[in-house]
Amino acid sequence: MRVATPRSAGVWTAVAVVIVASAAIAAQQDQPERFGFGRPATEAEIAAWDIDVTPDGTGLPPGGGTAVEGRSIYVEKCEICHGAHGEGRPFSQLVGREPRQGFPFGNQPSLVRTIGNYWPFAPTLYDYTFRTMPFDEPGTLEPDEVYALTAFLLYLNDIVAEDDVIDANTLPRVQMPARDKFVGDNRRGGRELR
Amino acid sequence: MLYSPDGIRAVRPKTSRNRGSPVPKQIDRLGDPVRRISRRAMLAGSAGAFGTATLPFGKAHARQQDRPNVPDDPTKVQGRDASELGTRSQFEQVRRSAGRSSSQTPHQDLDGIITPSDLHYERHHGGIPEIDPDRHSLLIHGMVERDTMFTVADLKRFPSRSVIHFMECSGNGGRSYRNRRTEDVTPQQVDGLTSTSEWTGVPLATLMREVGVDPEASWILAEGGDAAVMTRSIPMGKVMDDALIAYGQNGEALRPEQGYPIRLFLPGWEGSASVKWIRRIEVGDEAFMTREETSKYTDPLPDGTARQFSFTMDTKSIITFPAYPDTLPERGWWEMSGLAWSGRGRISRVEISTDGGQSWSDAELQGPVLPICHTRFRAAFNWQGDETVVLSRATDETGYVQPTLDELIAVRGIGTRYHHNHIRGCRIRPNGSTVFTVDA
Repeated sequence: MRVATPRSAGVWTAVAVVIVASAAIAAQQDQPERFGFGRPATEAEIAAWDIDVTPDGTGLPPGGGTAVEGRSIYVEKCEICHGAHGEGRPFSQLVGREPRQGFPFGNQPSLVRTIGNYWPFAPTLYDYTFRTMPFDEPGTLEPDEVYALTAFLLYLNDIVAEDDVIDANTLPRVQMPARDKFVGDNRRGGRELR
Repeated sequence: MLYSPDGIRAVRPKTSRNRGSPVPKQIDRLGDPVRRISRRAMLAGSAGAFGTATLPFGKAHARQQDRPNVPDDPTKVQGRDASELGTRSQFEQVRRSAGRSSSQTPHQDLDGIITPSDLHYERHHGGIPEIDPDRHSLLIHGMVERDTMFTVADLKRFPSRSVIHFMECSGNGGRSYRNRRTEDVTPQQVDGLTSTSEWTGVPLATLMREVGVDPEASWILAEGGDAAVMTRSIPMGKVMDDALIAYGQNGEALRPEQGYPIRLFLPGWEGSASVKWIRRIEVGDEAFMTREETSKYTDPLPDGTARQFSFTMDTKSIITFPAYPDTLPERGWWEMSGLAWSGRGRISRVEISTDGGQSWSDAELQGPVLPICHTRFRAAFNWQGDETVVLSRATDETGYVQPTLDELIAVRGIGTRYHHNHIRGCRIRPNGSTVFTVDA
């Protein structure tokens, strides 16, 4: 190895670069599995944000409601956007079971996708209503209100009876008409168009 | 060369393409963005013939009278002082076309591959929240060893990564799928829901190691801190492969409409899955089946099923010049330009046709050609005044070839609302005017 002389600034620079580069490589190799950043989340913090409800009912809170109870809440908070009977206008249509046979959405662009003909899981209705509705005051509905609204919308879609109690026990057991229509993505790139 | 009466060249000048693009109005609905051409744009489009060469450039005429006042000879006066914040030339009026819940990038006005941050398309499901970054945190919990709360400062302390990728809304191009007779639409109006940025952030895989993810975990739920509390399920494979918690865009902090202060970024996947304003990740072993991945963003197929979790954006290309409402003022050589991209990797080839798809030839790919990124292509063509259709067709490194509309409808059906990557282009009429087309 050549010994640099003090007169050669260029060589000193080169040596410095080698040293810095070696340090950088060492730093990369020493990168830990964990850095220790962040802090433990508290139970209360998790509970405040963990509002999702899954198809098996995980996440559904205590409480319940019926379509009869839901009707008055719907009239007060939902009807202005979704219509008196869930027919939509100005915003999404919520009610519709047609066509009763088949699932021809791929071939019929005019067919409106509703809770009754397209949603595969009933608990999703609770999840979405609770987290986003009503539009002008999102996330302000109480669990009992959401259960009642869920019951009312399922009733309008001819899926449950008007006096059925919808709660954490019954909602996951509601069979949605479109339950078995969904398939995974089989596109893989390459020549075959899917 | 044809000139309009006041001396403005009757074609969109290549160095200043922005002035003539009609700004579409938008009918806003919950769910899919619905766009409508403004009356102004329709007027412009209906009068694009040579005989009335003042239109669609009539707008330019009007502007001629109130053009910014600048010195006749800028070499004879001192220029203005430096400034803290740069702005575009007052002659450049590039704009997104915006409704309530989405806006489109004006691709006909842009060059290269990077979309200026303030022109990156938007799509929101509950508006743009205003968030103090010092009060924003990311919670990761569920099937992990340590439920952890990260501040934005914590996230920025991890080793970062910067990547350049496109992002596209899966509804992009839908208006040309549902109505194949649509003609008076600009690249912005048809395909403005795609943009490219440099994204900087921490790999989500790093955070998963940090919290000790359970080896049995297979999905995460990503949740936003907006009024929609937007939620999408993401498979763990993508999480560990190239998912990013991004805080930077094109060298600065994310724009509010892009998720400030932090967002999920999933290279090559439909934009709605890259949850903005992300505040919570729950790790689980099943998909969470949220409204946005059941009722919305699923693709009914002709066989009576509906495809779910169709995340990857297929290979696509668009021609940005010439395109409606451009008019070619004379015969001769012109350079076609456009963008191609694939959610699966690099663009390997773009072909162009100037005879409605009867014959194809390779366009030049302008570097850099990056994986999962807008790729600029160019091709010179000699227009001899015939009515003709120019089209582009992209191929990616997996061998996927951009299909025709008929080919796509055959496998997807006409009812699908997402993933509209069929071949498109423009019809050039003998008078030089152009209209959008998906047909040869």
